[in-house]
Amino acid sequence: MRDRVWLWVPLALFAFFAGLAGYMLTQEKEQFVASTMVGQPLPDFALPAAFGGLPGAAKADLTGGKARLLNIWASWCLPCIAEAPQLDALKNQGVEIVGIAIRDRPEDVANFLGRYGNPYSRIGSDKISEVQLAIGSSGVPETFVIDAKGVIRYQHIGDIRDSDVPKLLAELEKAR
Amino acid sequence: MIRSVLAALFAFLALPALAQDTMPPAPYAYNQLQDPRLEAEASALMHTLRCLKCQSQSIADSDAPMAGDMRHQVRSRILAGESSGQIRSWLIARYGDYVSYEPEVSATTWPLFAVPALVILIVGGVLLRRLGKRRSDDAGDAV
Repeated sequence: MRDRVWLWVPLALFAFFAGLAGYMLTQEKEQFVASTMVGQPLPDFALPAAFGGLPGAAKADLTGGKARLLNIWASWCLPCIAEAPQLDALKNQGVEIVGIAIRDRPEDVANFLGRYGNPYSRIGSDKISEVQLAIGSSGVPETFVIDAKGVIRYQHIGDIRDSDVPKLLAELEKAR
Repeated sequence: MIRSVLAALFAFLALPALAQDTMPPAPYAYNQLQDPRLEAEASALMHTLRCLKCQSQSIADSDAPMAGDMRHQVRSRILAGESSGQIRSWLIARYGDYVSYEPEVSATTWPLFAVPALVILIVGGVLLRRLGKRRSDDAGDAV
């Protein structure tokens, strides 16, 4: 009799895995790839200016004195338009925002800033996404909190909504 | 009102279709390395790295601009003398195991490697016992 009971074990296992697979299919898929560079110092980089109006950006510009935001964006990216007001709000609260424009042209950068406002202190031009890859960013827009020592402390993936502003301010406060 | 219209508009737009730009590709995105041996090494590596934009493709298969930029990284690093292993580790340090299509043994993936080995050991043990038992039964019959 005891042997009979054991016969059901494979079927029970199968039912368990089928059920698990079915359940996981109904769960929302995490489609963002988080950077594993959070907690690591910024890699060395020095990017030329993205357009005539602002200087370029290097690691040294994000190190020392205070925490800053590093915003990865592009003039061809629609969600970047959506987050422009929130970046402005952060700037108005005294946050320094350094931009890196991905695969962008000077005239397009200037045009974007003219239309949607310019919250940046500097913008580096990353024409081949090399700094983006070096900090583990997988899309635009993404925003990193860099502490006073130049260590990456927090990554926000996607456009910054109104509701994300307090969280970013809190992370900046922590990173001072 | 305009905001909600815009929000609805964004909701209906598929992001990957928008994530395009008009810049020329990086130098080594679509150009092979001169040295066929190095190109073969780069190509083998690119087939085992995941595109971050189009996550079901390798960077060798994807036409996303970011995949092109990743191919440029792979080819220029191979050309600079880095090994495939070094480049893979460089990417894994930034994106986690996720970026590698070739499973790596790590703190989270070791059961993938340990469980099959364990199952084979158990099955081997069971088989040995059963066959051993049958043999001794046969021996018993013969006597």
